[in-house]
Amino acid sequence: MGSQPRLIEVRKNILKQNDLTARALRGQFHAAGVFVVSLVSSPGSGKTMFLEKTLTLLRQNYRVAALVGDLATENDAIRLARSQAPVKQITTGTLCHLEAAMVQNALQEWDLNQLDFLFIENVGNLVCPSSYDLGENLRLVLISVTEGEDKPLKYPTIFNSADVAVVTKMDLAAAVEFDWTSAYGNIQAVRPSMQVFKLSAKSGAGMDEYLDFLKKRLEQSRVAEVI
Amino acid sequence: MHELSIAMSVIELAQEESDRRGGAQVSAVHLKLGALSGVVKEALLGSFEMACEGTALQGARLVVEDVPVLIFCRSCETRRPVSSVQLFCCAECGTPSSEVVQGKELEVVALEIEEWDHSPV
Repeated sequence: MGSQPRLIEVRKNILKQNDLTARALRGQFHAAGVFVVSLVSSPGSGKTMFLEKTLTLLRQNYRVAALVGDLATENDAIRLARSQAPVKQITTGTLCHLEAAMVQNALQEWDLNQLDFLFIENVGNLVCPSSYDLGENLRLVLISVTEGEDKPLKYPTIFNSADVAVVTKMDLAAAVEFDWTSAYGNIQAVRPSMQVFKLSAKSGAGMDEYLDFLKKRLEQSRVAEVI
Repeated sequence: MHELSIAMSVIELAQEESDRRGGAQVSAVHLKLGALSGVVKEALLGSFEMACEGTALQGARLVVEDVPVLIFCRSCETRRPVSSVQLFCCAECGTPSSEVVQGKELEVVALEIEEWDHSPV
């Protein structure tokens, strides 16, 4: 009596559980009429400042809230609370990204029907979050002019998985000799025809165009059938 | 570095399959890894070996098949490779495309299991 190897076919998506949870979330978001934007960026790109500004400006006419993922501290949630919008921290511990189940848990006490926009700030990381669907309507990748023009070429996967790009800290563009044409070209190389906004969250320049885009997308999502 | 959690999911999945077959010993796991899966092959291989220790899969091999990116090219009207992951253009005609039709795979496709042979010699 001996043993012999046998090959059996399985075909299973490794992140199936996450994808199922994300799909359930997407259905919930659509039913509640809330438009969900997730933000990914490198650490230090100004994600929290950008989100604080977004929440403050949108709050004037819309019901907004945010979930923020961070490895350890609650500093980001405290900063964002200044916008007066409801903010909840998801502390991931050592995990380098958010998963759909973490979003689901964090949302348990919130009534999604009371929201127009929900923002999910992922952990500062341009690698790991790309694999995880969070049920969002829109994935926004943020880069700042201080990071250099070649970020998209270094992290093509995350740029390719995103729906829209924002280049922030444009108020510093001249000081760091930021080359917009080159940065824009690099984004288009890894994600042809992706919409790109350039703005300064600090000065507010360019914010209107980006917020108008979000408002339009919210209206569109409310008439669209769930995918 | 999320390869460790991916590796643990792979092990969990393989173990479930093995349990369904009466606890058959898994000697290898075959998986497909897309160039846009966001997972680094070398890190996954290392994590897998480490995560297998002390489990029923200890000593099992991880056989990774790299899956290249394919886009749908509107000019060629067919699926084509891209110039590179830094340049999402049809490798044949140069038309840019964001319609990724292959390359995001992250899936277990097969298991090698050891089966006791009960047949008479």
